[in-house]
Amino acid sequence: MAQIVDTAPASAQASESVLAHALKDAFITGLVALGLLGPLIGFETVIIDGALGLNYRPLVLAVMVGIIFVGRLILNLTVWSPNRQPKIRTGPTVFDRAGAIIGPVVKPALLAFAICFPAIAVFWSGGLNPSRYLVDLGILILTYVMLGWGLNIVVGLAGLLDLGYVAFYAVGAYTYALLATSQPIHDFFAALVGEDFWSNWAFWFCLPMAGLFSGLWGMILGFPVLRLRGDYLAIVTLAFGEIIRLVLINWVDFTGGGAGIASIPRVTFFGVPFERGEDGFAALFGLSYSPMHRLIFLYFVILGLALLTAFATVRLRRLPVGRAWEALREDEIACRSLGINTTNTKLSAFATGAMFGGFAGCFFAVRAGFVSPESFTFDISAMILAIVVLGGMGSQIGVAVAAAVMMGGMEMLRNLDFLKEFFGDAFDPTLYRMLIFGFAMVAIMVWKPRGLVSTRDPTIFLKEKKSVSGDLVKEGHG
Amino acid sequence: MATAPHTPLPRWEEDPILAVEHLFMRFGGLIAVNDLSFKVGRGDITALIGPNGAGKTTVFNCITGFYKPSEGRLVLAHGRAPTDGELASVTLIGERALVGASSGVYLLERMPDHRVSGEAKVARTFQNIRLFTGMTVLENLMVAQHNALMAASGYSLKGLFGLPSWNTAQYEATENAKYWLDKVGLTDRADDPAGDLPYGAQRRLEIARAMCSGPILLCLDEPAAGLNPRESLELNELLRSIRAEHGTSILLIEHDMSVVMEISDHVIVLDYGTKISDGTPDAVKNDPRVIAAYLGVDEDAVEEVEAEIEAEVAGSTTEATS
Repeated sequence: MAQIVDTAPASAQASESVLAHALKDAFITGLVALGLLGPLIGFETVIIDGALGLNYRPLVLAVMVGIIFVGRLILNLTVWSPNRQPKIRTGPTVFDRAGAIIGPVVKPALLAFAICFPAIAVFWSGGLNPSRYLVDLGILILTYVMLGWGLNIVVGLAGLLDLGYVAFYAVGAYTYALLATSQPIHDFFAALVGEDFWSNWAFWFCLPMAGLFSGLWGMILGFPVLRLRGDYLAIVTLAFGEIIRLVLINWVDFTGGGAGIASIPRVTFFGVPFERGEDGFAALFGLSYSPMHRLIFLYFVILGLALLTAFATVRLRRLPVGRAWEALREDEIACRSLGINTTNTKLSAFATGAMFGGFAGCFFAVRAGFVSPESFTFDISAMILAIVVLGGMGSQIGVAVAAAVMMGGMEMLRNLDFLKEFFGDAFDPTLYRMLIFGFAMVAIMVWKPRGLVSTRDPTIFLKEKKSVSGDLVKEGHG
Repeated sequence: MATAPHTPLPRWEEDPILAVEHLFMRFGGLIAVNDLSFKVGRGDITALIGPNGAGKTTVFNCITGFYKPSEGRLVLAHGRAPTDGELASVTLIGERALVGASSGVYLLERMPDHRVSGEAKVARTFQNIRLFTGMTVLENLMVAQHNALMAASGYSLKGLFGLPSWNTAQYEATENAKYWLDKVGLTDRADDPAGDLPYGAQRRLEIARAMCSGPILLCLDEPAAGLNPRESLELNELLRSIRAEHGTSILLIEHDMSVVMEISDHVIVLDYGTKISDGTPDAVKNDPRVIAAYLGVDEDAVEEVEAEIEAEVAGSTTEATS
């Protein structure tokens, strides 16, 4: 304190020099920006009468340089100002306190919101049919929530970096697509129970099969990669993801190749199809037919599947196998010294994660009614992994929020048309979607490097449940 | 020297829980362990000592399955020492183990590390503590009981549906963990992350975790490293009580002579991968070769002493065998 009092008379002078310095610095930055952006933004190559010509854009350049100059000036006077007293944090931050208050109600509130979402969507958009966009978005988000939770078992709990998770999504989707469109199976059931049986029940039969097959593939892929750790594991799983996709493209006889598989039977309400007509869902429940019934039902199917994933994960974490997964992430050698078969433990994590990916894949196929290898590119793996990392590895609620933010946010960025008012009609805001998205990712990683929820909940406690700080929790080495 | 013909055989000769026979461990051209043979008595506290780089930890890694020995046999005996016939037959038929109703022979060199712990019941700790730092103290002890709990949870099926038999098993495992927490004085910190504990407590927790897996032989790699004198004394007490109350044999690597001489029944000294002394703490303490290895002597003196000892050892072994 004494120091501050002593320097008080000189502070007026000091602030003047600070302003001068800030102006000077901002001016230099502006000049650098002008030099850099001049060629990049100031000129635009256009084709005039078949020849390449230049279009000058001094106004855009001036705006850009202006933004940089003003931004630098503001930063110099505020955040980077030498007079600024650094805040010393004592005790919990605002976020911690807010977290303590809303923490216990977050899960029930989110669950209630998820259950009521179709009703909210219908109310919000003013009718059953106009709500299509929102319900579709809800289904998309929930699919990624489920995939995130599935991958969370492998990456977040067991600490095995899997970059090829989309492979299991694909196996699930193709399992359903191939079995549901299989003529022999159709004929078999047609002779046995009835003509429509297989197309009406295929989804409900294939859903467990898809999980089973994907789990099996998880094991098959798991075996060769078990010896690998860290970066090597990541690269090999990445390769496996691509191999599955390439097999789907090239094994034309079996998978239909790049053309994919179309007219896959749609979802039914446990055997009752969502159709116009007497046998349809609407007639059975005395409703007037709407294609939205099927979509809303799909929403609840994926909600159910996602909740199943969450429930299974929460239960598994409290079982020896789940603790062994986490122990494996913490220290593999110590695990072996305690008699834990790390091979089996890794395989079980791979298979369990893959199984939920398979369920999600089966759902994807029934929702789209069409599958092709195009739907299972590396982008999907990267997106799911980003959701897991962003959410905080191992955290259920963090992953759910991250999925909603990422998928919902990406959709929101499509609706940036108002920016055209500022930049003219030629400006296409959707092109900047990925840029903004990338900035958001960088920002979150800077502020919350361990993800949105960085603490770990213990699976068992004697007296008091204390969450474990993320600093102590290891991230796994593959 | 100490073994006069009429005195009974020491326990490690009479009823060895572990017999290391002609163990070699080569890493490329480097011979880390060179024809090492020793026995660990059932119920003894055995110390493996030697200067830095003598190969002590390599021996530990061979015993606990982390390394596959280049040559040699590691016989672990449950219940009673195996007869020569049993040993020969299990070695010949190529099995990992021969398990009877009340006794069993395990050839550790044939077993992967997790089986050494899970089946042969040899638990270990590490020189640089390896706790699951992001898990709580209690969770660490629950992970140690993995195999028993895994079977009780019906390989997760019973546990997933929360059947009563699983709940009972979980309760018992928690009680066992509580017992060990109490034993190492960490009950108050059961719900704290293991990584938050002070160093000495982490060492004790690692021992408790190893004991939770129900071993018959506990291998401790420098348990007293980094402990202050008071903590070293507590460690001595803990090890004594483990032996007294649970009948667990203890094999430890240690540099802290106050621990070694205080609690060991049997000391084996290694230098450059070979055994230079083997006997009771008193015998080892006065062994000129041990003194030479630890303190260093002139070249001439070494030769002199070695010649002297050769003669003496030759004399005593003929005495013992006759």
